[in-house]
Amino acid sequence: MTSDYKKPIPVPQFESDHYWQKAKEKELWLRKCNACSKVYFYPRDISPCCFSRDTTWVQASGKATLFTYGIVQRAPHPGFVPDVPFVTAMVELEEGPIMATNIVMDDPTPEKLQVGMALEVVFEDITDTIALPKFKPA
Amino acid sequence: MADLRRTVAIVGVAESDEIGRVEKSNLQLHAEAAYNALEDAGLTMKDVNGLMTAGTSTINLGEYLGVQPMFTDTTAVGGSSFIIHIAHAMAAINAGYCDTILVTHGEAGRSARSRPGANASDPGPQYEIPYGFIGAPINYAMAARRYMHIYGDDYTRQGMAEVAVATRKWANLNPKAYMQGQEMSFDDYHDSRWISWPFHLFDCCLVTDAGGAYVVTTAERARNLPKKPVYVLGAGEGHDHGILSQMPDLTRTWARNSGPAAMKMAGVTHNDIDLAMIYDSFTYTVLATLESLGFCGPGEAPDFVKDQRTAPGGNFAMNTSGGGLSYTHSGMYGMFLVLEAVRQLRGETGERQIDNPKLSLVHGTGGSLSSTGTVILGVD
Ligand SMILES: [Zn+2]
Repeated sequence: MTSDYKKPIPVPQFESDHYWQKAKEKELWLRKCNACSKVYFYPRDISPCCFSRDTTWVQASGKATLFTYGIVQRAPHPGFVPDVPFVTAMVELEEGPIMATNIVMDDPTPEKLQVGMALEVVFEDITDTIALPKFKPA
Repeated sequence: MADLRRTVAIVGVAESDEIGRVEKSNLQLHAEAAYNALEDAGLTMKDVNGLMTAGTSTINLGEYLGVQPMFTDTTAVGGSSFIIHIAHAMAAINAGYCDTILVTHGEAGRSARSRPGANASDPGPQYEIPYGFIGAPINYAMAARRYMHIYGDDYTRQGMAEVAVATRKWANLNPKAYMQGQEMSFDDYHDSRWISWPFHLFDCCLVTDAGGAYVVTTAERARNLPKKPVYVLGAGEGHDHGILSQMPDLTRTWARNSGPAAMKMAGVTHNDIDLAMIYDSFTYTVLATLESLGFCGPGEAPDFVKDQRTAPGGNFAMNTSGGGLSYTHSGMYGMFLVLEAVRQLRGETGERQIDNPKLSLVHGTGGSLSSTGTVILGVD
């Protein structure tokens, strides 16, 4: 958590303030559509599944499985130069939705990353107000 | 829907004066391509009364070109935009908005690497970009990894290699191709450096400077112009997500809908297609697209392309320009798919000319495998 964090920083929007505030408290919160009971990502007040206004916030367990990943060898942005190689991933949360994230791991290789492997959420503080939910092998 | 088959034709196509490493502004690349495409069509700017592009506004473009259009369309859904523009031009002309539409593209993808700033309220800057989901190679690599997981690592890898090597062979026959004169063996493919595993360098499209343009007009007018009219026979378009993590199935693109829609409208089937121009931002894009279009079933694309079937001399002509992988890729490559299809159908492609093609399927993919546009083009 320093001012020399050089990677892109999310700017919370009105519909996602709660998501980012809870992430700073090391909790992962999702939106649920009460019309069909589907939990969805990313947060929107009106659900994309039913276009329903009957939606609510629910806390996620933080458990997930690895859905797919890539191992980035060439930094796509100057801020990521010290990180390569690093893992970009899509994880399937226990509640159902898929989200984009990083897998926190030293010296990643395809052998260490099995699609379907169990993961758990961790939170990386990047500014005084923002923490990024990331995942590590459970 | 009204039967719009053969109501309009593409009558002029061109690149900018040079493509590759050019060091010109985006708008100059648009202008050069526009000039060359009008010349190819046997028309002048005075004939143009519709203007379309993607990635910039037609108000700036029209002013730069000195054209005052009575129809404008800036549908911008990534690399598929310039395929979709063909259908929109067909609709506009048939609706009577205008009769001759200039569609231009110009992007200094290599010389001007900076991209427009992202809109903070879009989902990407909050939920993907902070994790390094920046640029197509990283996104598409994750989709490819999912495909590999389902259908097998080595089997998928071989399919990707076949596409890279076959496409390079076509580029070696195209004097305008960036990779002209540079051959690629399977070993070269497998030995090329990693960009984002599972993508090697040679799984990824080029990054070049290039402009391109085409002119669409009524079939009636087209018959009185110097070049053989290339008729629009069918079209389909759409999208099913924006950012990659929202993609419903990483192995199936919207081609599953836009392809059948275009073929149904044209009244043709897969076996009728003489030339497939398939957006090849990455080797994997081609595999997923061939399956989604229905040229083969799910998981069958690596088999479909094996033994260099899509290379010169193979029995499935695909990406005969050398593609985004080895000819040019400025950013929104769809424009260049159209140029090659038109030239092949006119019989203008020299050493790489395929035997008397009558029908081409041209298919663009944009965003993070997000949007697609398919058209069927044909000649008498
Ligand atoms: Zn719902």
